[in-house]
Amino acid sequence: MRQVKCLSVLFVLLLAMVMVVGCGGEQVADEKKSVADKVTEEDQKPDFPTRPVTYIIPFNPGGQSDVEARRQQPLLEEFLSTSIVIQYKPGGGGALGWTELMHAKADGYTISGINIPHIILQPIARDNAGYTTEQIKPIAIFQGTPIGLAVLKDSPFDTLEDLVNYAKEHPGKVTVGGSGKWSGHHIALLQLEALAGIEFNYVPSTGAAPSVSQFLGGHTDALFANSNDLVTHKDRIKVLGLGSDERFEALADVPTFIELGYSMTPSIDRGAAVPPETPDEVKKVLEDAFVRVMNNESVRKQMIEQGFVPLRLDAVAAQEHINKKQLEYTKLLKELNLP
Amino acid sequence: MVENFAGALGHIFNLYNFMLMTLGVAVGIVVGALPGLTATMALAVLVPFTFIMDPATGLMTLGGIYVGAIYGGCISAILINTPGTPSAIATTFDGYPLAQKGKGEHALVAAAFSSGVGGVIGALVLIFLAPLLVEVALKFGPPEYFWLAIFGLTIISTLAAKSILKGLIGGALGLLVSTVGLAPIGGEMRYTFGFYQLQGGIELIVALIGFFCIPEILNMIADKKIGSGQVGKLQSRTGVAGSVMMALIKQPVLLIRSAIIGAFVGIVPGAGGNVAGLVSYNEAVRWSKDSEKFGTGMLEGVAASEAANNSEVGGSLVPLLTLGIPGAPPAAVIMGALLLHGLRPGPDLFIQHGAITYTFLLSLVVANVVMFVLGFFGAKHIARMINLPANYLAPLIAFMTVIGSYAIRNNMLDVVIMVTMGLAGYILRRLDFHPGPIVLGMILGPIAEKGLVQSLMLARSQESIAVVFFTRPISLVLIILCIISAAWPVVAGFRKKHSERLREQTVDGTREVTADG
Repeated sequence: MRQVKCLSVLFVLLLAMVMVVGCGGEQVADEKKSVADKVTEEDQKPDFPTRPVTYIIPFNPGGQSDVEARRQQPLLEEFLSTSIVIQYKPGGGGALGWTELMHAKADGYTISGINIPHIILQPIARDNAGYTTEQIKPIAIFQGTPIGLAVLKDSPFDTLEDLVNYAKEHPGKVTVGGSGKWSGHHIALLQLEALAGIEFNYVPSTGAAPSVSQFLGGHTDALFANSNDLVTHKDRIKVLGLGSDERFEALADVPTFIELGYSMTPSIDRGAAVPPETPDEVKKVLEDAFVRVMNNESVRKQMIEQGFVPLRLDAVAAQEHINKKQLEYTKLLKELNLP
Repeated sequence: MVENFAGALGHIFNLYNFMLMTLGVAVGIVVGALPGLTATMALAVLVPFTFIMDPATGLMTLGGIYVGAIYGGCISAILINTPGTPSAIATTFDGYPLAQKGKGEHALVAAAFSSGVGGVIGALVLIFLAPLLVEVALKFGPPEYFWLAIFGLTIISTLAAKSILKGLIGGALGLLVSTVGLAPIGGEMRYTFGFYQLQGGIELIVALIGFFCIPEILNMIADKKIGSGQVGKLQSRTGVAGSVMMALIKQPVLLIRSAIIGAFVGIVPGAGGNVAGLVSYNEAVRWSKDSEKFGTGMLEGVAASEAANNSEVGGSLVPLLTLGIPGAPPAAVIMGALLLHGLRPGPDLFIQHGAITYTFLLSLVVANVVMFVLGFFGAKHIARMINLPANYLAPLIAFMTVIGSYAIRNNMLDVVIMVTMGLAGYILRRLDFHPGPIVLGMILGPIAEKGLVQSLMLARSQESIAVVFFTRPISLVLIILCIISAAWPVVAGFRKKHSERLREQTVDGTREVTADG
């Protein structure tokens, strides 16, 4: 009987652990609540937040969106005086998480990481993506990842012109890797094809990592990849062009697509958003916290070192940016008669 | 390198670091043992705690969690027939029958010992062969992945030796389930029936919990064990641990072969510990003299699966540390942690940050030893859990299945899917379907599909499809392996018949001789 008791105790402990891990630190809420209450009374701010804020990451743990959220987490917790619970909702290239955001209560306690152009292209490509671009209300865009086109070190192509000329003579023969269909890489490829009047053979992968390893193994001739991956592998590859407005610090000798005569700036930009109908004063509190994170020098420094462009778009600027890109992509896809 | 090793040892055996790593291993074992809480989840949840540590300590702790969690998966696999992490699927095949025979402790000790040996071999492969092996990993393109997955599917012929037809039906069901959700390459929506939650497909771990756990609970009730008695009776005996270890030490080929398979599968990005365990189990069955006894409670089956999945830990870190490409989902979280500590995977890691990197690598060896010690001494106590009356055990397990399947994505529909899969699993098991082929189909379906679709896309730039599929050297080797593997039961059956006939003939022969004489 004593044995049974011991085991029961063990079980209760195990279950307690499951709850802690499963529910992501809900119990911290009560402790922090009293602190938060005091602060808000003093500051005369809206009564928000008084409990933990859930930060949805619509991708797998360990991905770039996760890394970024983890970097922000301690700062956001400090600025908002509450805990931030990171929740992974991977699926559908992000669509699952953004659909969940649409279904969440619009009280500011659920926010989500967003990626541009994903949130623009998915609703265009699929009629049942689960959300529309207009429903997503950005509060900040904090990171840019210029997309570049690369070939291996031993490739016969030294410049973008070489590659474009070859592709003109051999339509559909050059295999180009990238991450996903109707993704940032895919739209970059479509843009370049349209501007240069060429045709590539696009072979998408299910993520950036597998597309990089296929490219490094020589299974595709060229690769559309994010700046951080290009920086990581710069010893093995030649980057022919990059999608930023100006030259990129970590790859200073790489010309931009604009310099090469192609007016395109493909990029994957990361930000955060709230559900539609979220009250303005609540949105403002979250926005302010993100602005303070974006102004943090050490965060900016770390981003640059890892091959990213730190951005500082507040809610209004972020919305303008999304609108601009949406216009650009809708026009392009209409011209190409896609999808 | 040598000076790095010396410094690394100093870091590892610093009391504070060592204690945190041991704690990591212990936490990992507990989380791994709980179905639904995977190594990936454990790492993701605990990464923030390592921010406040210095990089070496933080990485040691994470390494400990990874090692512990992959081992921990075997505990629930053996005791309640449910893999705690997907890596432990193959451990259930022989581990649970052992527990039912009252030999749960034997199985747990075998798992701890073989995990330790496998883990150390995997870590040594990582330390000494990483730069070499990563070049091999890169040679795997879409056609190779396709053939690798097909090779994995031929395991069905071994797993379902009793009824090939049921095995193939099971495999097809698994493949079908794996197609739910967004198509991996094309992005088309499939079988979502209007549920946006299904866009992400059916999560493997959710299916596993339902498929393995629910039938077990229902069996407990169906067998009317509730109230009257216990699931399996564990007899406490002394000297179990020693005898099990001796039995395994006598089979070094089994352990080393399993560890090499595990490390290799780990190195190839995209295939994880689940594939490693299944392939290694299959080889153990194939090369064993009493292959027909597998599935009824063979220590070798447990050892093969566990040695491989722990060796896969080291393997999965090879492409991660050398190229920044994670070999398995938990390795992806370790990559995030590296970046947050300002460490960039690649050659720099070994040269500029050699001290930290080698501390991390060597700590994996030490963590495996710590894991073995914890598992070894814990086995006796954990194995007693099965002595709990079924009327406590069944509801507890049922409770954990719900929490576990919800926690993976915080999605209520996953709980519904889990229960549905559970009921389907119960019916299929009553109809004598082996769970192995179904699970294999679910795991390998996406790998095969991606490989096939991408290969066909690559073929558009070639003169013919055959060039892509049939002319690449690694592909050819894999195709030959597929043919051998698929035909093996036929060959083995033929050989058996042949040898029997030979024996009969000799008997007849001797009779003739005597007649003549």
